[in-house]
Amino acid sequence: MNGTNKEVWTLAEVRGKTIHPVSKELLAWGRELADPMRVPLASILVGSGVAPRAEELIAAGADKVYIVDDPSFENFLCDEQVGILEYLTDKYNPSILIASATTRGRTVMPMLSARIGCGLTADCTELSIDPVSGRLIQTRPAIGGNVMADIKTRGRDPQMCTVRPKSKRPLDTDRSRKGELIKVSPPQSLLGSALKFLGFTPETSVGLPIQEAEIIISGGKGMKNAKNFAKLEELARLLGGTVGASRMAVDLGWVPYSAQVGLSGKSVTPRIYMAFGISGAVQHIAGISGAETIIAVNHDPEAPIFRVADLSIQGDAMEILDALIDSLKKEQSERWTLTAD
Amino acid sequence: MRIAVLVKQVPATDSVKIDEKTGTMVREGVEAELNPLDLHAVEAALRIRECRSEGATEITAITMGPPQAKKAAAYAVSMGCDSGVLLSDKRFGGSDTLATSRTLAKALKKLGPFDIILAGERATDGETGQVGPAVAEFLRIPALTYVSSIDELDEGHITVTRSVEGGHEKMKAPIPAMVIPVKEMNIPRLCTLGGKLRAKKTEIPVLNADDLALDEDLTGLKGSATLVVNVTYPQMTREGRKILSSAGTKDAVKAIVDLLEEKNCLEAAR
Ligand SMILES: Cc1cc2nc3c(=O)[nH]c(=O)nc-3n(C[C@H](O)[C@H](O)[C@H](O)COP(=O)(O)OP(=O)(O)OC[C@H]3O[C@@H](n4cnc5c(N)ncnc54)[C@H](O)[C@@H]3O)c2cc1C
Ligand SMILES: Nc1ncnc2c1ncn2[C@@H]1O[C@H](COP(=O)(O)O)[C@@H](O)[C@H]1O
Repeated sequence: MNGTNKEVWTLAEVRGKTIHPVSKELLAWGRELADPMRVPLASILVGSGVAPRAEELIAAGADKVYIVDDPSFENFLCDEQVGILEYLTDKYNPSILIASATTRGRTVMPMLSARIGCGLTADCTELSIDPVSGRLIQTRPAIGGNVMADIKTRGRDPQMCTVRPKSKRPLDTDRSRKGELIKVSPPQSLLGSALKFLGFTPETSVGLPIQEAEIIISGGKGMKNAKNFAKLEELARLLGGTVGASRMAVDLGWVPYSAQVGLSGKSVTPRIYMAFGISGAVQHIAGISGAETIIAVNHDPEAPIFRVADLSIQGDAMEILDALIDSLKKEQSERWTLTAD
Repeated sequence: MRIAVLVKQVPATDSVKIDEKTGTMVREGVEAELNPLDLHAVEAALRIRECRSEGATEITAITMGPPQAKKAAAYAVSMGCDSGVLLSDKRFGGSDTLATSRTLAKALKKLGPFDIILAGERATDGETGQVGPAVAEFLRIPALTYVSSIDELDEGHITVTRSVEGGHEKMKAPIPAMVIPVKEMNIPRLCTLGGKLRAKKTEIPVLNADDLALDEDLTGLKGSATLVVNVTYPQMTREGRKILSSAGTKDAVKAIVDLLEEKNCLEAAR
């Protein structure tokens, strides 16, 4: 394949036999690059029993899907994944490979980078094509979001990066789109892993993981105690959101670490981020710069969180929460009566 | 059993600057600390040693950086690691994660073999989290990322629990293996006075590119595949609306509900 029509690739994520929604977000990223480059956009689909789902990726924007469907890929085992990705990139020589910054993408992409000697940029928030060189410009926050760095990859392709989940909306599903499905049978020697998957225990908490949530209701030390976090959970349930927390709240044992937002926790990209009793330390702010709208409740008028909030409410977190929950419930029941009429 | 822990010195998070010309971080004159997430890796190593018979486990902390990064290795020793090594050379300067991982892997090969290698989930300066898995791949050993507990460890295998999206998964791998803990794995110990004294007495050897027989083209800026081409300082401050407590709870709640409505975020509540 020559250098002028090298494809843009996205790495689809599979859960069981289904395609995880981030795979569609990746295609929205990919389209923005493949169009100006005038090259096909392809998705890589590796899994067990996933081939029947490939059309979903076409409908979400892919021109091609490379499918590797084998029982061996039932679980995500990093060594096997790296092997298959090396095989595919060697065989088809794509120009760009975009993956999601999930625990999987963040594991397999650095390994692939080392395996094939290509550069990798983590957690990009913007991708564009340099009109002069035609190379990929990868923009990512550094140092707790205080700095945005534009990064270019040199040396051999693919130019590789990860992007945060939820940082772009998927394209509208278009079932009339036509695309090419390419089944790839890898050599037998690439199947099999030194690792053994022993089982999965789902978490029982409310809502989606915070990295995937559209609405996050976060609490900090200002929530005073673990019991008050139940209010946040109730609000999260009402709004279809997920509970997040500052490090203080996690360190005090009020919430599990998986809920921690910020520099040493997770970076989040919800549509709405609500912060109750969070001061807004730089390390916390670092995790929420990707939030579309920030609402902060704090009784200190000087709280730094107010500098980054779209709506700042000075007041007692518990009082506001109770009143907000009441108001939403009341509205809910009123609508009920209205529609019942 | 021999364990290596990769530790990195990072600028204390509040005080970092960037050189606008080169796009690299200015480390001079900024207070430094051991990357907070690496403390969990050190703690994990110490706990493995404690579970095994006396003298059966040896822990080496390895760090790569400018001469003053010796402190990071020394801090790991003061927490309880048996020894520390610094990889330092002008030729290592400007390494991206690929070049860093390649250099660290070279050192691990030279100083090894190690049965378990531990790294932090992410460094608070670069924030990529790429170095651990990439080092594993350079050594062609499995990378166990996001590990929340080590459940079993014998001479041949390690079984861990990983904290992934939506839950925890159990995984068994042959050793040698790379283990990358998340914060929930443990609470790192503070270093004791005795530990500090021991660290003072422990010599931290320094290895350069020649010691590692590392080709100049494979490390530092030359060996890096990514280049920072431009740096900007985003304005994080948002022009927000502010409601003071004097306005009363009712108005505050109304403002929140109105905003949620405007953003179409009330569907679930209805
Ligand atoms: C290396 C490093 C990494 C870090 N990583 C993270 C991270 O990932 N995430 C993170 O969050 N932090 C992180 N931190 C910690 C961070 O610096 C702050 O300590 C932390 O975010 C503070 O949490 P908080 O806002 O809940 O607590 P505080 O700073 O104590 O703030 C509590 C706030 O609640 C308000 N309040 C009190 N009572 C009420 C009330 N009744 N009603 C309304 N408001 C009230 C107070 O006015 C105050 O503003 C990190 C720190 C370091 C050094
Ligand atoms: N220069 C370095 N020296 C030693 N270990 C490092 C170095 N850079 C990264 N690491 C290790 O890799 C982890 C992830 O770093 P990073 O990929 O930079 O976020 C760190 O927590 C360290 O354990």
